[in-house]
Amino acid sequence: MIALPVASIFTQAFLTSLVAGGLLAGVPLMFTALGEQISEASGVLNIGLEGMMLTGAYTGFVGAYYGGHDWLGYLAAIGGGMAVSLIMVVFCVRLLLDQIVVGIAITLGAEGATSVLQGAQFGQSYPRLPAASDVSIPLLDRIPILGESLFQQPLVVYLGFALIAFTAWLLRRTRPGLNLRAAGQKPQALDAAGVSVVGTRSLAVLATGALAGLGGGYLAIAGAGIFVPFMTQGQGYIAIVICMLARGRPVWVLIGAFIFGMSLQLATALQIAGIDISTDVINMIPFVAVILSLILFARGDYLPPALAQPYVRGAR
Amino acid sequence: MTSDRPHGIDSTAGADAPAVELIGITKAFPGVVANDDIHLAIRAGEVHCLLGENGAGKSTLMSVLSGMTQPDAGSIRVGGNDVRIDSPRSALALGVGMVYQHSTLVPALSVLENLLLGEGTGLRLDTESGEARLAEIAATLAVHVDPGARTGDLSLGEQQQVEIIKALWRGSNVLILDEPTSMLTPEGVAELQKVLVRLKEAGQAVVFITHKLHEATSIGDRVTILKQGRVAGALGENDLRSRTADDLQAEIVRIMFGEEAVGSAPVAELEGALPERRQAVRASGDVLLELAGVSASGDGISAGIEEVSLVLHQGEILGVAGVDGNGQRELAEVVAGQRRATVGDVLLFGMPIGKLDVRSRQKLGLRYVTDDRLGEGIVGSLGVGLNLVLKRIGQRPFWKHGRIQRGQIERQARELVAEFDVRTPSVATRAGTLSGGNIQKVLLARELSSDPKVVVFNKPTYGLDIRTTLAVRTRIQELAADGIAALVISTDLEELLGLCDRIAVLYQGRLVGTFENGPGAAERIGELMVGSRAA
Amino acid sequence: MSDVAAAIEDAPENVRATTPLTGFVDLVIRSVLPLLLALVAGGILIATLGHNPFEFYRDIYRGGIELSAWQDSLMRASTLTPIALGLIVVFRANIWNLGYQGQFLLSAAMVAGLGPHLERHLSATLTLIVLFFVAGVTGAVWTLIPAILKAWYQTNEIITTLMMTFIGISLAAILVKGPFQDFSSNVPQTLPLNLDQLLPTIPGTRTHVGVVIAAVLVLIVHYATTRTSFGLKLQVLGANPRAAVHVGLDPKRVILTAFLCSGALVGVAAAIEILGILGYVRADYNPAYGDAVIPFVFLARLNALAVVPFILFYSVLSIGGDFAAQNSGLPVDFLLVIVGLTLLFMVFIEYLGRQREIGRSYITPGLRAGLRFRKAR
Repeated sequence: MIALPVASIFTQAFLTSLVAGGLLAGVPLMFTALGEQISEASGVLNIGLEGMMLTGAYTGFVGAYYGGHDWLGYLAAIGGGMAVSLIMVVFCVRLLLDQIVVGIAITLGAEGATSVLQGAQFGQSYPRLPAASDVSIPLLDRIPILGESLFQQPLVVYLGFALIAFTAWLLRRTRPGLNLRAAGQKPQALDAAGVSVVGTRSLAVLATGALAGLGGGYLAIAGAGIFVPFMTQGQGYIAIVICMLARGRPVWVLIGAFIFGMSLQLATALQIAGIDISTDVINMIPFVAVILSLILFARGDYLPPALAQPYVRGAR
Repeated sequence: MTSDRPHGIDSTAGADAPAVELIGITKAFPGVVANDDIHLAIRAGEVHCLLGENGAGKSTLMSVLSGMTQPDAGSIRVGGNDVRIDSPRSALALGVGMVYQHSTLVPALSVLENLLLGEGTGLRLDTESGEARLAEIAATLAVHVDPGARTGDLSLGEQQQVEIIKALWRGSNVLILDEPTSMLTPEGVAELQKVLVRLKEAGQAVVFITHKLHEATSIGDRVTILKQGRVAGALGENDLRSRTADDLQAEIVRIMFGEEAVGSAPVAELEGALPERRQAVRASGDVLLELAGVSASGDGISAGIEEVSLVLHQGEILGVAGVDGNGQRELAEVVAGQRRATVGDVLLFGMPIGKLDVRSRQKLGLRYVTDDRLGEGIVGSLGVGLNLVLKRIGQRPFWKHGRIQRGQIERQARELVAEFDVRTPSVATRAGTLSGGNIQKVLLARELSSDPKVVVFNKPTYGLDIRTTLAVRTRIQELAADGIAALVISTDLEELLGLCDRIAVLYQGRLVGTFENGPGAAERIGELMVGSRAA
Repeated sequence: MSDVAAAIEDAPENVRATTPLTGFVDLVIRSVLPLLLALVAGGILIATLGHNPFEFYRDIYRGGIELSAWQDSLMRASTLTPIALGLIVVFRANIWNLGYQGQFLLSAAMVAGLGPHLERHLSATLTLIVLFFVAGVTGAVWTLIPAILKAWYQTNEIITTLMMTFIGISLAAILVKGPFQDFSSNVPQTLPLNLDQLLPTIPGTRTHVGVVIAAVLVLIVHYATTRTSFGLKLQVLGANPRAAVHVGLDPKRVILTAFLCSGALVGVAAAIEILGILGYVRADYNPAYGDAVIPFVFLARLNALAVVPFILFYSVLSIGGDFAAQNSGLPVDFLLVIVGLTLLFMVFIEYLGRQREIGRSYITPGLRAGLRFRKAR
């Protein structure tokens, strides 16, 4: 299969494609995983993340297509993601029902719904959006390989970087962040301190829906430019894994998203390098990477003790 | 709380109006009336002890006062005014601070973060004023606390101090302490008493909930006794000051258990519900169980055990004393087979059993009554009958060729339920619905049936009512009289002193001494429990 | 005693004592109602999309039962049932095997790929037996990695099984495009199996004997889960993993066995589908049967007998749904929406039921407790 010696694949073109493309592919993962981090910090596990992302992709695409502007699309994506996460808020946070079952329901329902809506709206055609406009940071974007990757991206990507920094600050140094962490570590303590556990978790889940929706929206608007049913292809679950490996630190979400983004991007990069490996093999790589990471790194008890436990006042 | 409101610990409440009054409080749960028309008046500058055995309704009453539960009937007055306390937030706003029996601190957060939890309204955490306030309150209580320390790393006594500081943070007038000494060393108890004195001086009204008689009489300025949800009696300031300790205790026993109880057994023993003290058994019988230099690692915070050696003779009751968290669980699990020994040997009847799993050890007669009744002892969703055979899944006569024999299981269940006095509607009832005492009886029935030879008990009477406690302790004595060896691990030193022939002390995973039970043992054991070296 | 307390003590017990009959009716209502509600909600959605819901559902009936369509539904049920059984086995033990799709596709590829070759060398019956065996083993093997990771390292199996599904989809495609490919056709697919080498039909009908196989499996799984010591071990592990250790069960063994059985059952389902109906597999084959089965497994409270009527119902829905979708122009993915709605209504009704303390909940406490990541040393 690989006839060329390994060294020669590391050409400029290959690396640029891998790194720049990897970042592009990693952005949806970054947004979504960051959102999941906020949820998990507060003790809610979102198996329905895939559904939120997919819904955001669809509403985002529709928003950009009919609104004529990318930003309308992103707003619609946020709205779509939040609407789906609202189901999570009502059923799991407020009614204390099982988070995993509801998560599965949300994902299946969203997959079906977006497919049906897409068919109803566009029939058999798959219209395209014009390519997203990039914002370049002068000078920095001339750095070989990294320059194009990091400093010549649509505006929303820089928003993503800013959100990472903001979330890190929020969790460690603010009152809402403290409440969030307490809700995930020991909700009884938060309740005894007079803060609503349900309210804290509700906000967290809505924030996750917004971010996951944004991630999906980016995938459809800036990434692919079209919406295809089931287009997220498991990225929501990859985002959950990134979140698990990030151990509560937003900066690791950034790094993890980038690495997994590169694995998603590998097929295209290899094509550019002139290496021909069947797409099926390439498609497997991100998921194999996930399993390897879990084997190697997902140890110890980082996860918040109250994860996936509904909180009932007075229960022992 | 606004800054111009005087901080509670500096103000003195009006001399006549009680700081808090509970009037006619009634609260019922399915099947039990936890509080029945209770009246209680709590005054500033006093420690008011609420005394009652487990299940008497003390915790329910306090959860009403702290806003965790709503009463079915009755009213509450704070500072003379009728109020509604419908959530912990309202309780805090009204000046009621609560220190729960089970910690409400978040172990992973720092002390300061725990104190700031729920405080303030800004976006940023106000660490500067937080540290200042902490210093202020700590000075009043004459304690030292490091704001940056990780709360989970502090000792239980220090954590309790943080909880008290948190309860006082918003300037409360009333401080409720729920069984505060249950996890403390004797040293920690002394520290707590000093803090209580300072609190009284500062004008706080303190409610001290306990089930220990001697604590109530020595610490309290006033004592109210609860029995089965009702106020059974009270001792006022004059009583406590003027009468002798024995007299007071007799009076309390009379209130709690009726006239017959007084004088029928030494009062101290009755309070602890200890059976007639048996003659110490000389350690002369065969050695049934031996641990030779056994070490095992713990999980997370717990340190495990290191190089523990002990012997247990036939018919002997050997106690293991120690403050909770010094390796008790690991010791029990190594003997039972749930945990591997990394070093050393466990020998049963002289044979090493390190390689045998739980079920094989069971079959040989080695049994384990766990302290974690709901967490690992029973499967709540299964019936009582199934729970009784849970350690024998697949074995005859309850299973034949893998197929379940329900008739056999039911028959045995009925016998055991009768023998061990388990109160349950039927043997098919889900075990999780039984009361704590009955669950313990189910566990005992399971472990003590079918020819036990060596039984390990971990905290066998923790959280049980007096009747069941007495039944359990009596049974342990009966076992020993039959020649069965018992290893009783307990954090209740009085229980061990009343029950055991010899007592070993576990401290930070090591067995630091073994004593014959007798006069003077208590002091030496107490010292070793907290780590001071015995001469 | 005060008046209030006396009144409370005299009041009838909140924890209700129902007669066996009312308990049964409760059960039926709680199991069937979510489905009905989902159908109604689905109907409303169809209406908002501009189609006639009554026609849609009538088409489903026509396409699913009328004439001889009921036989197709029965055959679809014979494929879905072993998948449901596989899920029941693991869910009882608090194990979320969500990798059924990968297990199914790989087993299908193996059966479709090896079948034509085996046919030439072995008798018809022997071929079938060997292929069933191969399918079961493939499905079981595909659960090994998640099973080992969970048993030894407590690695979360939701993620690992899902990852294995995505890998499995690609691997199946590689197999079909590679060693198993039928190069005489334009589209990548496997060689077709000889018609008379497929599963025989029941005399007098065109239904294949897969139905019988499925029925037998139902009885076996039901017996195993409710009457054997293995079944109890599953229950104990599912209800309280710590108690499982305490009473001396080996969680690793139970986890492995449960996973392997589950994978094997899913593999058998794939064999039934390929050997009974399709006869070959295309490279992009992905019917996603398992997704739809999940809510019914829960509605049946993880009981192998009780799940059968639900599967039959859904089979009619999906066979008829193909027909109805063609007629109306709605994509068949719409059924996924109904599945999602069924799950949501199910948990909501559980909530209502819990509020009134009606009966037991759908989900074992272990499944409800979610994930445990702590690595016990």
